[in-house]
Amino acid sequence: MIGAITAGLFSTGVAASTNSYESIATTVVGSGGTSTITFSSIPSTYKHLQIRYFAQTNRGTYGVDSSLVRVGASSADTGANYSRHNLYGDGSAAYAGGTASATSWTGVNDFGTSTGGIFGVGIFDILDYQNTNKNKTMRELSGVDHNGAVGGFQTGTVTLNSGGWYSTTAIGYIEIKSQTGNSFTQYSSFALYGIKG
Amino acid sequence: MAAGSTYTPIATTTVSGILTTVVTFNSISGSYTDLVLVASGKNGVATENLELQINNDTGANYSRTVLSGNGTSATSSRATGQTKIRLDVTAYWDTTNISNDVIQFLNYSNTTTYKTVLCRANNAGIGTDATVGLWRSTAAIIRLDLYPTIASGDYFAAGSTFTLYGIAAA
Repeated sequence: MIGAITAGLFSTGVAASTNSYESIATTVVGSGGTSTITFSSIPSTYKHLQIRYFAQTNRGTYGVDSSLVRVGASSADTGANYSRHNLYGDGSAAYAGGTASATSWTGVNDFGTSTGGIFGVGIFDILDYQNTNKNKTMRELSGVDHNGAVGGFQTGTVTLNSGGWYSTTAIGYIEIKSQTGNSFTQYSSFALYGIKG
Repeated sequence: MAAGSTYTPIATTTVSGILTTVVTFNSISGSYTDLVLVASGKNGVATENLELQINNDTGANYSRTVLSGNGTSATSSRATGQTKIRLDVTAYWDTTNISNDVIQFLNYSNTTTYKTVLCRANNAGIGTDATVGLWRSTAAIIRLDLYPTIASGDYFAAGSTFTLYGIAAA
């Protein structure tokens, strides 16, 4: 179900409730780190997906790193079929940006770094992911705070992000990387949930 | 393969007519992966912000970075070395409009890392905020205190609600 990393390091069981929000799979990064988080063979039995993450990369110099997300049916679509818009604040000003015809969804400063010593947190929502009659959309809320500066380089950010994937294909595969090509460090975790309709 | 249903209500507090100056969730189970706290209400006497203290830590171990919009402009601010996390800046709690704060505590019970908190706050009459807060402690979160604090003597309006949920990953 998940990539090569051991799942469930922090996972603990609780009594099942009767609601429609279900845990599908979790990846917790081990001591060796990993460059790619993968969820594959995602069940088609839900209406929406949510990924909740707690993540840090080994990027040098900077206190933050950014996400790169691709989706597909059974592998990552690397074509120029994505778009995104974001609104973010770095503690001094608010900024907005966007990219069309991109080869991935890209976030802004979603992850902490080992340089800054902090983990970033975020929540991705992928809506109506099984619908084969329309293109797919996502949204994300993420943040990293360091209680001030990390050597003066990108010290902390809170971001609202939206994205489009211009395909009517049902999503069965999600891949998450660092935009700068760095690896996720130990204790980083990515949990995939399904929400029934 | 799904591991089963989650997003479980843990506790709810509805403020009564008694002057309530703090809402506390204590002895929080470590059985979940994440916590979600949904706060909805008004201030009883003035315009104030919702603030969070964790595990009764009164030290200057909190900080925040905020993105705010008020219908005219978008701004961002930061505060370091605080004794609480202020969860809303523009979408503050007042005596007229209902404010809503949805606060996310991810990996709250780990004892290895500092804790980072996300909040989305809305006050339809005033504005909206996205906040990331940091608590510089590796302790597992077992207690949350919410205050309507800037000036002393403030209290939550009757009918304000605070609900804590737990989410368990597979």
